[in-house]
Amino acid sequence: MLKVEEQQPVEFSPSLLEKFGEIVKRYPEGKHKSGLLPILHETQAELGWLSTNAMDKIAAYLDIQDIEVYEVASFYSMYFLKPQGKYVMEVCRTGPCCLVGAENIMIHLEQSLGVKEGEVTSDGLFSWRGVECLAACGYGPVLQIGPEYTFYENLNEQKVDELIYDLRNK
Amino acid sequence: MGRKLLLEHIHVPGINTLEVYRQKGGYRALEKAIKTLTPDEVVEEVKKSGLRGRGGAGFPTGMKWSFLAKPERVARYLVCNADESEPGTFKDRYLMTYIPHALIEGMIVSSYALGANTSYIYVRGEMMPQIRILEKAIAEAKNAGLLGKNILGSGYDLELYVQPGGGAYICGEETALLESLEGKRGNPRIKPPFPAIAGLYGCPTVVNNVESIAAVVPIINNGGEEYAKIGIGRSTGTKLISASGNIVKPGVYEIELGLPVEEFIYSDEWCGGIANGKQLKATVAGGSSVPILPANLSLKLANGDPRLMSYESLSEGGFATGSMMGSGGFIAFDEDQCIVRNTWNFARFYHHESCGQCSPCREGTGWMEKVLHRLEYGHGKMSDIDLLVNVAKNIEGNTICPLGDAAAWPVASAIRHFRDEFEWHVKEPAKALNINYGLANYAAPIAKAEVTIGN
Amino acid sequence: MSDKVKVTIDGITVEVALGTSILNAARQIGGDIVPPAMCYYSKLEGSGGKCRTCIVKVSKGSEKDPRPMPKLVASCRTTVMDGMEVQNITSTEVIEARSGVVEMLLINHPLDCPVCDQAGECDLQNLSYEHGLQKTRYEFERRTFDRIDIGDKIQLHMNRCILCYRCVFTADQITNKRVHGILNRGDHSEISTYIQTAVNNDFSGNVIDVCPVGALTDKTFRFRNRVWFTKPIDAHRECLTCSGKVTLWYKGDDVLRVTARKDIYGEVEEFICNTCRFDKKKTADWVIEHPTHISDASVIASNHYETLKPLPVIQNNPQLQQANKVELEKTAKF
Repeated sequence: MLKVEEQQPVEFSPSLLEKFGEIVKRYPEGKHKSGLLPILHETQAELGWLSTNAMDKIAAYLDIQDIEVYEVASFYSMYFLKPQGKYVMEVCRTGPCCLVGAENIMIHLEQSLGVKEGEVTSDGLFSWRGVECLAACGYGPVLQIGPEYTFYENLNEQKVDELIYDLRNK
Repeated sequence: MGRKLLLEHIHVPGINTLEVYRQKGGYRALEKAIKTLTPDEVVEEVKKSGLRGRGGAGFPTGMKWSFLAKPERVARYLVCNADESEPGTFKDRYLMTYIPHALIEGMIVSSYALGANTSYIYVRGEMMPQIRILEKAIAEAKNAGLLGKNILGSGYDLELYVQPGGGAYICGEETALLESLEGKRGNPRIKPPFPAIAGLYGCPTVVNNVESIAAVVPIINNGGEEYAKIGIGRSTGTKLISASGNIVKPGVYEIELGLPVEEFIYSDEWCGGIANGKQLKATVAGGSSVPILPANLSLKLANGDPRLMSYESLSEGGFATGSMMGSGGFIAFDEDQCIVRNTWNFARFYHHESCGQCSPCREGTGWMEKVLHRLEYGHGKMSDIDLLVNVAKNIEGNTICPLGDAAAWPVASAIRHFRDEFEWHVKEPAKALNINYGLANYAAPIAKAEVTIGN
Repeated sequence: MSDKVKVTIDGITVEVALGTSILNAARQIGGDIVPPAMCYYSKLEGSGGKCRTCIVKVSKGSEKDPRPMPKLVASCRTTVMDGMEVQNITSTEVIEARSGVVEMLLINHPLDCPVCDQAGECDLQNLSYEHGLQKTRYEFERRTFDRIDIGDKIQLHMNRCILCYRCVFTADQITNKRVHGILNRGDHSEISTYIQTAVNNDFSGNVIDVCPVGALTDKTFRFRNRVWFTKPIDAHRECLTCSGKVTLWYKGDDVLRVTARKDIYGEVEEFICNTCRFDKKKTADWVIEHPTHISDASVIASNHYETLKPLPVIQNNPQLQQANKVELEKTAKF
């Protein structure tokens, strides 16, 4: 449980609010709560993670209780309730990918980035974690990087090194 | 070369665009349905086709449609389940990436058949690139008058939206998906009422898998009876199989149902055999939830006849010697793979994905994962094996949704068929950490395997 | 079509209203054949279906369709059909499956009954007494959470929670604003306010009464006494917020706590407000009615004068009567 005073103030950009407006139009009248998941995605894409203050603002926007947002955000695995690296590398760790070497990719990531799963590199650029099946079992090992969830398939250690290099120098 | 109904034009450059898709005969089914058929006639064609739900349960799609309640002045919804998350399954991703209009066209025809004026495609959130592809395809279709008000001058209106998930396997269960689409936690609902009576926003709703919806297009184009001629017995039509694991050519294949498993694995037309010159040890035929089978039972039925890729043949022999078609996620394991490790991996998956509502699944999935972890890492006890069987039994059939079964079956089946490998992990813990048990007799002729049946 | 249907549970036939659940039909029969319910709560809409302790076997679906149901079903959320036949305690399959469920509920439960305020009136304690195994097969560390105060009157021991969702339904349906809920997923799920928020609402205290275990307890009663040493008395007062009908729990002349009145299934008869529950702890605040009826099976009854009648063995033996003189005089006094 978080303390109230740990909240940081947040501002939503006009373009983000515009996206919210587009999202809630998709649902019948009075059913705007349906927009919660897409709105959380858009907010996370803009802010990098979902602070309680951001979630409270979303609750106010959708006219629902704060707890309804926390319940949802904490249920789904894609929402970050803590700050992350700029690039979160999510490696599939489920069966079929492990048959073709996903575990080695995770070991390699840990060594090359020098941080454990879930931690952020000191330059704030990277964090990594194993995630469950990404539905790309035929192209494993795979990893994805948000917020657009760009996909990297048929990975090997060299490809991972190149990817890290490219992102670092981007 | 088998008939291709869904993937016929998948390699045509630009098939992801409306223009090329139409050049290749796209949206003919929509024109045919909306201009020459009544909604009930479309339902009738789908019924005649014998199409069975491609998401995993295999329930006849036409029958599901005919259950939809149609009270006056109450909206009806069609929701496409594109929350593809079953380990081993990646066919819907493939379809949406390369030929999105097949799904869009299927959605419009199906919505017309069901009388839905608003439909949603619920795509798992991780598939953001596919969401963008679908959004673009929808915009194209709308500009061309194939969506929106008065489609092709027929007076029929349809709005189609893409909804992202948030990362939860459980949302592939249709009522959890509906909860999620309503902006809630993905907790499966207690049935009855079924979605056909009270689904999205309490209104009558049909939830169908991507592939099922896309299959409606060829069914309408060629007629349900033509579709039913393909395949074998009650397994009609073609099926997308996601092939992964230790095979030469992993990928998505469209097969005519009834193809022998052996041909599917070893033919160059399909998987091209086991990679790196290794031997097949086991298969999971329909996604991680279905029972794992040793090589011999994967290729042959207990009576020695060839096993076919069909709903009936894959489940032939029940859980003693059979498996299931599931979602068509075909995973092949070579001789170097450790069954205990893979079972632990799957157990971890289900533990991670349990929504936590029902006590047996919430507590039991974590328990199984811990015991399997212990076995895999050399701290197991002989009694752990029967403990796992018992915990799996206590979860199975005793939960609101099928996730409990899906978590129990892989564990129970792995022990049923590979008990010697589990026992070896207990007896030789140090060895088990460094070397693999290997092929043992898992690929031996069936006659031998029959001795172990009934474990 | 008649609005009554016939259902047979463990060989006993009862006629109930159309739409009644198997569990409620069994409650109309009463006795041992009533399945235990840890998450279902008749006063809370949408509750039930989750804990799986009330599972039963439907050996005949209905008169029209006599096929048995393929799986055991949650009796709290399965509607009876005319001619349905149900097995509860007459089915070994049910008893075994229920033991399996109880084991699941206990593997991560701290079993800290000796220091738990709910002991003596705990549904889980009773359930595991009846269905539990004598030793655990679970050899891993139990899941733990920090204790938290939600407001100054309610304490949450998440370790003990069985995730019945009753308190969430209560907050949704009885209070005007829900600030607590279920966070996270699977076996990491927890009841929480997420950010430290007091649950301040006229009716928030009812979450204590609906909690089947010691997860939500009354801080004003915490460690004051064991429930079986306290004496429940039904009382009422004029209250503008609620019905004012309560049970006072006495130790000597002191009211140690106030709860809503509960029926034999542990469900409150009427929800009460926080003023009645937390602020009215003097006898003078109340109009005393009579001793609360407590089931003989409850541990609370063992020290409860309403049932403190001499056992038959004592009644017939002058010597034993003499030996129990003090106790018998107490009975006479009340």
